[in-house]
Amino acid sequence: MAIPAQTRERLATECRQIMARYPQRRSALLPMLHLVQSEEGYVSPDGIALCAELLDLTAAEVAAVATFYTQFKRHPNGEYTVGVCTNTLCAVMGGDAIYDSLSEHLGVGHDETTEDGKITLERIECNAACDYAPVVMVNWEFFDNQTPASAREVTDRLRAGEDVAPTRGAAKVCTFKEISRVLAGFPDGRANEGVGAGPATLEGVRLAERNGWKAPSQDGDGTQSGPSEEK
Amino acid sequence: MAESITTDPLTPVLSATWGADRSWTLQTYEQHEGYAGLRAALRQQPGEIIDTVKESGLRGRGGAGFPTGMKWGFLPKPDGGPRYLVVNADESEPGTCKDIPLMLAAPHLLVEGVVITSFAIGCNHAFIYVRGEVVHVYRRLMQAVEEAYAAGYLGRNILGSGFDLDITVHAGAGAYICGEETALLDSLEGLRGQPRLKPPFPAVAGLYARPTVVNNVESIASVPSIIRRGPDWFKSMGTEKSTGYGIFSLSGHVTRPGQYEAPLGTTLRQLLDLAGGIREGHELKFWTPGGSSTPIFTAEHLDVPLDFEQVAAAGSMLGTRALQIFDETTCVVRATLRWTEFYAHESCGKCTPCREGTFWMKQVLRRLEAGQGTEEDLDTLLDQCDNILGRAFCALGDGATSPVMSSIKYFRDEFIAHQREGRCPFDPVASTLFAGADIQ
Ligand SMILES: Cc1cc2nc3c(=O)[nH]c(=O)nc-3n(C[C@H](O)[C@H](O)[C@H](O)COP(=O)(O)O)c2cc1C
Ligand code: SF4
Repeated sequence: MAIPAQTRERLATECRQIMARYPQRRSALLPMLHLVQSEEGYVSPDGIALCAELLDLTAAEVAAVATFYTQFKRHPNGEYTVGVCTNTLCAVMGGDAIYDSLSEHLGVGHDETTEDGKITLERIECNAACDYAPVVMVNWEFFDNQTPASAREVTDRLRAGEDVAPTRGAAKVCTFKEISRVLAGFPDGRANEGVGAGPATLEGVRLAERNGWKAPSQDGDGTQSGPSEEK
Repeated sequence: MAESITTDPLTPVLSATWGADRSWTLQTYEQHEGYAGLRAALRQQPGEIIDTVKESGLRGRGGAGFPTGMKWGFLPKPDGGPRYLVVNADESEPGTCKDIPLMLAAPHLLVEGVVITSFAIGCNHAFIYVRGEVVHVYRRLMQAVEEAYAAGYLGRNILGSGFDLDITVHAGAGAYICGEETALLDSLEGLRGQPRLKPPFPAVAGLYARPTVVNNVESIASVPSIIRRGPDWFKSMGTEKSTGYGIFSLSGHVTRPGQYEAPLGTTLRQLLDLAGGIREGHELKFWTPGGSSTPIFTAEHLDVPLDFEQVAAAGSMLGTRALQIFDETTCVVRATLRWTEFYAHESCGKCTPCREGTFWMKQVLRRLEAGQGTEEDLDTLLDQCDNILGRAFCALGDGATSPVMSSIKYFRDEFIAHQREGRCPFDPVASTLFAGADIQ
């Protein structure tokens, strides 16, 4: 897949915008790789060549960086990356069962893509949502407290072309190319969508509210509130 | 002073506004004293702010617990060249899940902390390095930074103070090692994320070889409240050497997993009480006090005050207060194997003890978990740990030995039971969230 000249021109312009965010332009490399990935759905030889040219690096130097990071794909990715957390806590809480069930349901293994090009299945590491275990990430949006059945349903709906909303995230899961562009630092206007926090995030705050528990009011005079003892 | 004061069981400061309507917006943040800390800070000398943070006793919330004010004080005298603040928002240590929800719900808390800290250390360009696998958090951070520019909290001559600051929010691309501060700097420079030799420390030669402060999200987010309410207020929470509040993240087999912001020194028993206990009908088997790189604890450690000193005295580390809780249905060999597979996968390959050691530990543990190991394998494992611990180039290697050594220490019999039975004696279904429910 070669990048057409016109697209290449636009990408080059956007890459220069990325470089301008940093005191030294090489710092732009990771976001630039996200950007080329947003065009082709993976980091292609053409994409690597473009980054190399703009940063005065060799293609080998750029490839050495690209291959270090798991989010950069070396072959065309599906429209949706479905990542099941199978690190210890999620695995124990059901992540292993979810992964097995999805793998069977989709007929693909780790880092493989369904024939319709819709879904790339992955085992992923801890995604900082352990209080919502087991967790599935679709294009790096949170699907909390999943079960094998709920995860299968998400993939079925994605493959049917429906809009699917994550538990905490944008109003719908965007495509892999779209979110790659966001990760390159080009906002998609969706920041105000979705919740601020899920229920587990708020567990402690809500409990404190119900009991009137607070941080001390001032200067360590230790207001001992807490008359109520509801748990 | 700290000892004499009884605080409430929960002390929401960082989390106080998370439940507010559109909590992530500047408008909501300002309605809750947002940027009042910055206004107060800009009326002070930078040195006074550093002194206040030193005085508060705030220690790094990213795992190691290094005193934050002291770290800032290590920067050499200004030489006219740039100095940088880099916020470590890579949060990837298994079990750790506090910074991501903080930035999703209240990104301005971090932005305000960044502006105050930058002013204190003389930085005019700060970076927030957020892991790439959380796209909505990245959206919220970018928007918060935009809003802050528009409101005059960022950019030129901030609030008329003459102080200039730019923030670049940078997305990583998936690599646990990039949370290690020097690997993070290499990654931010557009390189493979591999740790650097220390010294020189980042304070002397960090980003672009310039003086640099690297701090965790929660550390920086704690700064506005300290500036607004003073070091004595902060010290009125916590213990003598581990002052203040911190977010405790409870996950796993508890009735109400979630984020609980409490004074440092709170015990797991107290936290479990707040979280409704271990899930019904089960009992605590083992837990991590601060993520997978901290040696596991058991029920005998329920009353260890969770502060830096006392957790260390009990044989583990406070780490990131990532309390992953496992009940009696969980196979500790399976848990250890999975963590070890994680370290082997994430080892950056720079040094031999970690690159080779994690690979071999994984092989031995696989054999043990499948019931095909021998008792000698346990000695082999401990030997392998010996060859990594203290010999690895960075703390990832050391961390990889924690689950292995501690699980053998507390659960040797369970490893042997696998061998005796020729298989894992546990039913993995019993430990799932949906055990017993008809949702397969
Ligand atoms: C393998 C490894 C991963 C780490 N990951 C993180 C991380 O995700 N976030 C973080 O703040 N610190 C992480 N650290 C600790 C950092 O190296 C550093 O100590 C910290 O960012 C300093 O900030 P603090 O003083 O505010 O805690 C990690 C360390 C290691 C060895
Ligand atoms: S200890 Fe592991 S992660 Fe750290 S430098 Fe060595 S190989 Fe890399």
